[in-house]
Amino acid sequence: MESGIIPAISVDGLSVRFGELSNRITALENVTFNVPEGSFITMVGPSGCGKSTLLKAIADLVAYDEGTIKVFGRSPEEARLARDFSFVFQESTLLPWRTAIENIILPLEVGSHSGNVESHAEPQDLLELVGLAGRGEALPNELSGGMQQRVSIARALVCRPRVLLMDEPFGALDEITRDKLNQELLRIWKETGTTIVFVTHSVPEAAYLGQKCLVLSRNPGRVLEFPVIEYSTPRKPAIRDTFEFVQVTSKLRSLLECADQA
Amino acid sequence: MKKQSTDHNWLKGLKKHLPAITTVFGLLVMWQLIVSVFNIPTYIAPSPVQVAMVFVEKGDILWINFLPTFFEALSGFILGNSVAVFLAICFVHNRLAERAFYPIAVFINTIPIIAIAPILVLILGNGYAPKIVIAALICFFPTLVNMVRGLNAVSPQMLDLMHVLSATKPEILLKIRIQSSLPFLFAALKIASTTSVIGAIVGEWIGSNYGLGALIIEATYNFRSPMLYATVITGASLAVIGFTLTSIAEHHFIKWKSGSVS
Ligand SMILES: Nc1ncnc2c1ncn2[C@@H]1O[C@H](COP(=O)(O)OP(=O)(O)OP(=O)(O)O)[C@@H](O)[C@H]1O
Ligand SMILES: [Mg+2]
Repeated sequence: MESGIIPAISVDGLSVRFGELSNRITALENVTFNVPEGSFITMVGPSGCGKSTLLKAIADLVAYDEGTIKVFGRSPEEARLARDFSFVFQESTLLPWRTAIENIILPLEVGSHSGNVESHAEPQDLLELVGLAGRGEALPNELSGGMQQRVSIARALVCRPRVLLMDEPFGALDEITRDKLNQELLRIWKETGTTIVFVTHSVPEAAYLGQKCLVLSRNPGRVLEFPVIEYSTPRKPAIRDTFEFVQVTSKLRSLLECADQA
Repeated sequence: MKKQSTDHNWLKGLKKHLPAITTVFGLLVMWQLIVSVFNIPTYIAPSPVQVAMVFVEKGDILWINFLPTFFEALSGFILGNSVAVFLAICFVHNRLAERAFYPIAVFINTIPIIAIAPILVLILGNGYAPKIVIAALICFFPTLVNMVRGLNAVSPQMLDLMHVLSATKPEILLKIRIQSSLPFLFAALKIASTTSVIGAIVGEWIGSNYGLGALIIEATYNFRSPMLYATVITGASLAVIGFTLTSIAEHHFIKWKSGSVS
């Protein structure tokens, strides 16, 4: 799967600053990394280290000062216009007056229809994919928080994006729901072959999902390490109890401690 | 299933309002008793029975004067709110327009409507026009303020989502802003439905020989208290009908919001 000659995302020497000269904040400095096509990358770091900013810079939501970002060799703006990527936010961004199905087809109703919109996915298939078959007519406030995030994921997938950017999508959910959705996200990732960049505060989540985990340090945000995460057994819920998994999480935890002190 | 629950609500509503209905009935009986026991002259305070007799005997006069007031209030309601909604949409899309016109709107709002009414009669003559304009003016400001607030009541995440989808400003207006503003708009429309009636009646006080306002003046000067009371009740009923219809429209348009702004 990790074949593509052009990486899905390549970030090179990226710096992002906020504010005027007097009270300038450097959110990200000299960030460089590549995301191969089809891979699942998780991103962890102390609060305020610039994870959201990095994801938003890739999604053309934040302007950057130095460096380059390429999504399949294109600038973030070109990639956005071509609908190369989708974004899933932490808070539910479903429109409360639209049913689940109507929310899922929102991306087909707005914006440039020049990209891969014509080959969009069937909304009903997506509902089934995220485990909500038969709930298409429900309004968001009739769905639980976990179900709402499932709808958000279905909406993100409707244009068949090549990259899925997820900013703490399960951050507001309880652990049991979160574990279940993690499992389903892995399944969706395998079924669709989408490249995923997944920001989280949870070390076990990062260790469970990611093939590689981007660890950022704080003040200013830099790449501390980008370790590969591998297991000898397939990623199933039971893996969380293995020694291998605990080794990975404790390594990530110690990295995070370094990141916080830096 | 939905129908059943509304029927149930209706019964529940009746039960809820039963104390109020009983109280009103009790007060009417007390009023009647006080007027007859103390022999209060009719021109000071008519009894409820005398007022009721006006509706029976002079119903045609009330009806003939009700129609122009109804027409003026409705036209003013539509005019004032349309202009307010249109301006609010302009303000949200153009900061310059907001800075240019908002202070004027505030200034117009600070002029007491009673003071501005004679000026409008001088300018617009004796017909429907000044009454409609006064009713419109009285509706205008609350709707403008609420509509601007409502159109801006869109979360930053929602706007980020629309940006990722490359949505245009008109698309954001139609798909998101209008619907988000509806609870705010209806809060203002409910106020406007009653104040537009006040505006029309105030307009008729100044140089008019038709409408409920003129009837109030005429009845007062001729000490026809039962007629005065009946006219006031008719005007109040018009406001109540307007308020009720607006509330029904609100429930129809904002089904997705369980507890709407009240
Ligand atoms: N729009 C903005 N204007 C000014 N400063 C900003 C803006 N957005 C982010 N920042 C700053 O940039 C830094 C990184 O913020 P960011 O939201 O990317 O952190 P984060 O890693 O996502 O944090 P968290 O884990 O709490 O979500 C913070 O210091 C924040 O104050
Ligand atoms: Mg964040």
